[in-house]
Amino acid sequence: MIEPGLYHILFISAALFFLGIYGFLTRRNLITMLMSIELILNSVNLNFIAFNKYVWPDKMDGLFFTLFIIAIAAAEAAVAIAIIINLYRSHQSIDVENAEDLKY
Amino acid sequence: MITGSTILFYLLATLTLGCGILSVTTRHIFRAAIYLLFSLIGIAGLYFWLQYEFIAAVQIVVYVGGIVVLIIFSIFLTQQAGEKLPKQKSDRKIFAALAVFCGFALTMLQVYQHEFNGLETTKAPTVADIGKKMLSVGDGGYALPFEIISMLLLAAMVGCIVIALRSKPETK
Repeated sequence: MIEPGLYHILFISAALFFLGIYGFLTRRNLITMLMSIELILNSVNLNFIAFNKYVWPDKMDGLFFTLFIIAIAAAEAAVAIAIIINLYRSHQSIDVENAEDLKY
Repeated sequence: MITGSTILFYLLATLTLGCGILSVTTRHIFRAAIYLLFSLIGIAGLYFWLQYEFIAAVQIVVYVGGIVVLIIFSIFLTQQAGEKLPKQKSDRKIFAALAVFCGFALTMLQVYQHEFNGLETTKAPTVADIGKKMLSVGDGGYALPFEIISMLLLAAMVGCIVIALRSKPETK
């Protein structure tokens, strides 16, 4: 086994990002799509931290971007779940195929 | 030479990626949430491994303690217990997997071709450093984004309450 470094972490974060994309493309349930978005945001955070540690260890910008992304992700998840619950009340379903009222 | 740190890294990577794969492929929505929880814990472990303890603590408090619990509650509110998600069309799965694999291969090709010339790794910033930088108004300080984030969180909270409020039955 090789000593893990920047490339290993970039591999993990790229794999997590594309797992999130896969989930987002195949799932049709709004809550599972939200989970895929959380995976994508986490891969971005991991990238920021890895670059901060291995490329610019004397600066803290990557760390602060991660903190702010986590805060925004929490706000986004709360708003998305409020919208999903409201949609469930009016349509009795949270499948994206059934949420097409704005189309016509 | 295999050290404990290396083994720990590969264990954390396996936990994160394995639970991530299970989370996007399982057809039980509740299990998907639990796998997502373990994947997020694996990422927090990676932050510990990188010696960014503050970020790891924030990850556990906000994601594992906040967002996943919120997702599980919304599953309870909207899903019938024990019901599986409907099966997806297999051509959609195949094309999604193909697109994802091509994107991943392209990204990793670019990453491995690029030479990162990093500095020598110094010690990770302490919590005191983070706090001073976050509230500093000087050059490179983060006081303004910090205040904007607090306004955003307030606005999101009010917005959630307004959206999820049960509308009154219409009375004449």
